[in-house]
Amino acid sequence: MQTPQTSPASHPAVVPERVPGTVQIFWSRFRKNPLTMVGGVIFILFVLIALLAPVLTGNDPNQVRMDLALQKPSAEHWFGTDEVGRDLFARVIYGTRLSLGMGISIIIVAGLVGTILGAVAGYLGGKIGQIIMRIMDVILAFPTLILAMALSAAMGPSLMNAILAIVIVKIPAFVRLARSETLVVKEKLFVKAAQTFGLSDTWIIVRHIIPNVITPVIIQMTLDLGDAILMVATLGFLGLGVQPPTPEWGAIISTGWRYFLDQWWYPTFPGIAIFLVTISFNIIGDGLRDMLDPRSAR
Amino acid sequence: MWAVIRNRLLMLIVVIFGVSCITFLMSNVIPGDPARMIVGVKATEETYQRVREQMGLNDPLYEQYLNYMQGLLTGDLGTSLRTQQPVIEDLITYFPATLELVLYAFLIAIILGVFIGVLTAVKNNSMWDHIGRIFSISGVSLPVFWSGLMAIILFYGVLGWLPASERLDLFIDAPPTITGLYTIDSLLAGDMEAFSNSVLHLIMPVSILAFVHLSAITRQIRASMLDVLQQDYIKTARANGISSSFLIIRYALRNALMPAVTVVGLSIGSLLGGAVVTETIFNWPGMGKYVVDSIGSLDFPAIMGFTILIAIGYVLINLLVDLLYMVLDPQIRE
Repeated sequence: MQTPQTSPASHPAVVPERVPGTVQIFWSRFRKNPLTMVGGVIFILFVLIALLAPVLTGNDPNQVRMDLALQKPSAEHWFGTDEVGRDLFARVIYGTRLSLGMGISIIIVAGLVGTILGAVAGYLGGKIGQIIMRIMDVILAFPTLILAMALSAAMGPSLMNAILAIVIVKIPAFVRLARSETLVVKEKLFVKAAQTFGLSDTWIIVRHIIPNVITPVIIQMTLDLGDAILMVATLGFLGLGVQPPTPEWGAIISTGWRYFLDQWWYPTFPGIAIFLVTISFNIIGDGLRDMLDPRSAR
Repeated sequence: MWAVIRNRLLMLIVVIFGVSCITFLMSNVIPGDPARMIVGVKATEETYQRVREQMGLNDPLYEQYLNYMQGLLTGDLGTSLRTQQPVIEDLITYFPATLELVLYAFLIAIILGVFIGVLTAVKNNSMWDHIGRIFSISGVSLPVFWSGLMAIILFYGVLGWLPASERLDLFIDAPPTITGLYTIDSLLAGDMEAFSNSVLHLIMPVSILAFVHLSAITRQIRASMLDVLQQDYIKTARANGISSSFLIIRYALRNALMPAVTVVGLSIGSLLGGAVVTETIFNWPGMGKYVVDSIGSLDFPAIMGFTILIAIGYVLINLLVDLLYMVLDPQIRE
């Protein structure tokens, strides 16, 4: 960094140059990374698709037309039709709402619960902290997908249970992160001051700890979103998530699987949708990690 | 070092205890009523009560848990409702197929992952780096169940090059069981036909599974290589005129592998999850397909038996990885 050396003492009249804020630095680094921009564009596209679903297709995703079963992609049905003649384009488009909605809500709930548990475990420590962390260790002892499968099988396959199962397997990572950040923040003077004032633990955790540990948690949330959406689709594929006839990408592929050798389009398009959404999040997450990692600013 | 090992073993006991609690709760408390599921809705109250009594469902919860733990310690995971066999026997039958799939996928992923990771780190910010990066991000973004289907459409449906299901063609006999891995058993038996056929059957599922795992390893190796290449001792070695390839392999890679070891251990979890889906798609007769079939018929003893066994195996693998780490890194050993 080459900044002109001006001594403020000799030029008292010079107005100090405005220091670029975090957001600006962030934005300028973001723009320098073309791949991350591509990820961002794909993501915005899918958000638009989710919002504008009724505008993009005039077809009802659940309209059964037995006379139109298993048709090839055409001008009428861009992605073809399924075994009961439903328009696959409409089903994939409406599926965007479900997948994005489920993925985002899973990550928000897991991030929030994880932050609270992590802040409590880090701030209070002692027995409560130990208990919270050991429970997290136990959850982490399972491979995530396998635990999510077992949990949603045990609770009975449904949309809510799939969400809950994925939230449970996603929580420990956030708890660990929030706890380690809390251990640092806890030693800061403003927390010590709050303690001297005799403020309650709840107050300190909510007003002082959580606002100061939330930034890395939010970054971790972006990194995890792609994986959450992939998991939703995988559970859907295994018949453990959203139940038919709701148009969910994984579930569509699960039925399309039976027809894939003759009707290749059936499982192909929903799969491309899953891939594009997931990769857009992973690219954004990867870019974020690079931007925020001081070591990568070489 | 021994203190660390002792602590890890203590942790292991706590974790396995917790894992058994979770699977117990899942199989006995959450899914409503297993007795009702066995007898069906139309059964009389009498039959229903008799089955409840037989299954021990009328005992207090702690007694049920003690029974469950007792079974677990003796390797009894209950009886599968679907196959009417002890779950542990079923899992032992299906284990070699899963092992063969996961083992080859793991080896390929490690070898290629280290290679691509080093390449992209050395050629940092070049075209190779960008290609490698897109490649590895794709790997973690592809739904395995979908990429498997696409591969089958192309290599089985369109080109007809590779078989799409099972471990061997129908008319080929399985080699005599020694290890349970068909590739090794057929070589030991000198049966080249079975060997080449089992290799053909392995190519697609193994590649699909390895790809996901490969990405995780590539990313880690690239990151730690970039770190190491910035170190002073590398610069010194370079200044002393040590050849580039020697330097990268002997000086940089050795140190870059350290942090990768832990990541590899942890990502075995995703490999196991991926195996469940891969086996389903390729109709591969392993534990993963077994558990998905069990899910289809709400066979809870089988689902939970599989889950707890995988969890214990996963914990043990990571313990081994940690020990390996200590052996490799003298700084931690002391």
